[in-house]
Amino acid sequence: MSDVFNIDGREVPFTPGQTVMQAALTAGVFIPHLCYHPEFKPHGSCKLCTVKVNGQPASSCTLPAAAGMEVESNTPEILDKRKMLLQMLLVEGNHFCPSCEKSGHCKLQALGYELEVMTPHFNQFYPNRPVDASHHDVLLDFNRCILCELCIRASAEVDKKNVFALSGRGITKHLIVNAESGRLADTDFALADKAAQVCPVGVILPKRVGFAVPIGQRRFDAAPISAHVDEFVPVAPARQGERQ
Amino acid sequence: MNAQAVKPKVRIATTSLAGCFGCHMSFLDIDERILPLLDVVEFDRSPLTDIKRCGPCDVGIVEGGVCNAENVHVLREFRNNCKILVAIGACAANGGLPAQRNHLDLRDILEEVYQTDPGVGHGGIPNDPELPLPLNQVHPIHEVVKVDYFLPGCPPPADAIWKFLTDLIAGRTPHLGHGLIHYD
Ligand code: SF4
Ligand code: SF4
Ligand code: FES
Repeated sequence: MSDVFNIDGREVPFTPGQTVMQAALTAGVFIPHLCYHPEFKPHGSCKLCTVKVNGQPASSCTLPAAAGMEVESNTPEILDKRKMLLQMLLVEGNHFCPSCEKSGHCKLQALGYELEVMTPHFNQFYPNRPVDASHHDVLLDFNRCILCELCIRASAEVDKKNVFALSGRGITKHLIVNAESGRLADTDFALADKAAQVCPVGVILPKRVGFAVPIGQRRFDAAPISAHVDEFVPVAPARQGERQ
Repeated sequence: MNAQAVKPKVRIATTSLAGCFGCHMSFLDIDERILPLLDVVEFDRSPLTDIKRCGPCDVGIVEGGVCNAENVHVLREFRNNCKILVAIGACAANGGLPAQRNHLDLRDILEEVYQTDPGVGHGGIPNDPELPLPLNQVHPIHEVVKVDYFLPGCPPPADAIWKFLTDLIAGRTPHLGHGLIHYD
């Protein structure tokens, strides 16, 4: 039994080709993440899944597991860094949770609770990001976009529609809709698209739903996100292969 | 020795800046627990006492962000007088609902509300010298003064406020945990 590595003192088995994140989640060890999604190729952009491997920082969602690795995940140092990443994401957009329909179902918020982010800490950017309400069935509230590119990947790889893209560089980078007008209504985007299901935060919202689920029964109300580890276990490699 | 030294009460001041008093209402939702609380705390400036100026206190609890010049003065008064300053609620922590105006021009907002809007307009933009001047943007309080603790929620539930206060009064680092920490 050599295909084993160590994470915070716990042995985690893996199959060759698995990433540290995939093996950890499969073994029931939660690693905070935002741009990782069990059905998509790892992206490695949010850095929330950062761990230390043999003393070096690495993104666990892209790092292939190797026998004998010593992985540190829930150490005070790493938790502190992850917390800071969440705070930077919170101040960079406009996250007013009380008016967000994703509240209670949102991974950014749930990770804030998990990592005990009591304050955004940094100065707020208060960016001006108008919403796109043009589509009949879906609202786009760009104020909450964390640029994880899941919608871009889903639309390109699964829906084969390429509805979304990133534009700009550095701090001006932002999500755009691939239409001459820039409006979602002028694309072939549909509510049933995979891209309409994957946003970890409250950007891509189905219309006429509102706050349908009462407080107390929402996704992350009863148990913290770390207790939802089963939901993030990677899908079988065969299914992933189909996607390529 | 028959008499234990009487522990001085923890003196607390509270205020609502650019908030809706919802956090204060949620605090009152601790219901009858206010009675044992009053055995160990006393209130200085607060909407509950109607004391107008904050004196030296152990704890200052600030609801709401900073949206006008008066908010800045009150906030500084609290910081100068309170050993521990606590931001309570979403607005104090990130500006909250009032900060939803931050991407709009202040003059445009005032003109629309007081002059051009057919529903409420016509009176002209109020300019009584008694009225505090609005700031161009609403800010969380930690952008103006140092804040020691944050208690998130819109409002934080009474149980979170209770847990926070009892931890603080007992000398423990306040800790909320799942279910009590939330942003909505
Ligand atoms: S996207 Fe998440 S963190 Fe942002 S406002 Fe909505 S619930 Fe809050
Ligand atoms: S809209 Fe959502 S899924 Fe798309 S990049 Fe932004 S946060 Fe990610
Ligand atoms: S989950 Fe690994 S970088 Fe985003």
